[in-house]
Amino acid sequence: MNRIQNWTHGELRKDIPEFKAGDTINVHVRVIEGDKERLQVFQGVVLQRRSSGMDETFTVRKISGGVGVERIFPLQSPSVAKIEVLRKGRVRRARLNYLKSLKGKAARIREKTTPRIKKSAATSTSNKKTAAEPSEA
Amino acid sequence: MIGLLGKKIGMTRIFNQKGQHVPVTVVELGPCHVVDVRTLERDKYRAVQLGFGDIREKLVTKPRAGHFKKAGIAPARWVREIRDMDPESVKIGEALSCDIFKEGDRVKVTASTKGRGFQGVMKRHGFHGAKASHGAHEVHRHGGAIGAHTDPGRVWKNTKMPGRMGGDQQTVKNLEVVRVDTEANLVMIKGCVPCPAGSFIIVRKG
Repeated sequence: MNRIQNWTHGELRKDIPEFKAGDTINVHVRVIEGDKERLQVFQGVVLQRRSSGMDETFTVRKISGGVGVERIFPLQSPSVAKIEVLRKGRVRRARLNYLKSLKGKAARIREKTTPRIKKSAATSTSNKKTAAEPSEA
Repeated sequence: MIGLLGKKIGMTRIFNQKGQHVPVTVVELGPCHVVDVRTLERDKYRAVQLGFGDIREKLVTKPRAGHFKKAGIAPARWVREIRDMDPESVKIGEALSCDIFKEGDRVKVTASTKGRGFQGVMKRHGFHGAKASHGAHEVHRHGGAIGAHTDPGRVWKNTKMPGRMGGDQQTVKNLEVVRVDTEANLVMIKGCVPCPAGSFIIVRKG
């Protein structure tokens, strides 16, 4: 696979934000109607990202009119005009297939908050990692 | 007819100018050295014998080694003739690279299909099998009858039955060359080609 990836590596998009399963995102999709082009927004929860490089795709699920709708987008496709990350989700697996059988309150995902690290605590952990070296204090 | 020997690397996808997704097979083509030529006068047919792929010296038999030495090239793993390729257009010992192909060319790809081992008639010949229920007993994937009674009193030749499947040579025609990278000797061909990744393939023009 390496030789393929080397070839297509330069073509990979650099405008894609970091996101993963559990995040709520807006996908701006290019829709061509006749000879006009417009953007359509698909908002939902990312269920999974699969494969890598040019082949990478991601699945977004939303509830539309009480019905679950899932769309799979090729990440590198030009039809994906823009991705906005609205909310980081705190999930414990890479593929959220369990969400498909849940609805309403049960299908919520907790927001990921970056843990607040006290300055003293942060230094003590870094000391543990570099226990062999003499501590700065 | 003009062609090259190569190796399948694998598949990926690219997006064309319209933004459409194009499935492609990446193949390594060449550099192929011309080992020998076949001419009408001498051999009664026209062809160019090409060699491709590195091989350890130890694995080359002495007669073969002599054949390569005559052409003044390093031994190649695979040697094949491309029929009806103009023998006057090449010199023995010359290296041909994938720049003979360009975007939009139509090619034929010849390779051995993936070996599937001993398979039943449903997979091997597309039979529909028998009923899943209604009293069917242990015959769900069977092929049914294979012939008549006393006349002819035998099974016809070529009757479709279970057996070894795959590993046959197959040619896929009219595939489109999507992209060529002469530096890396890689070519993208639209669609899929027979054989597992890493296998030997022959790509011919037209």
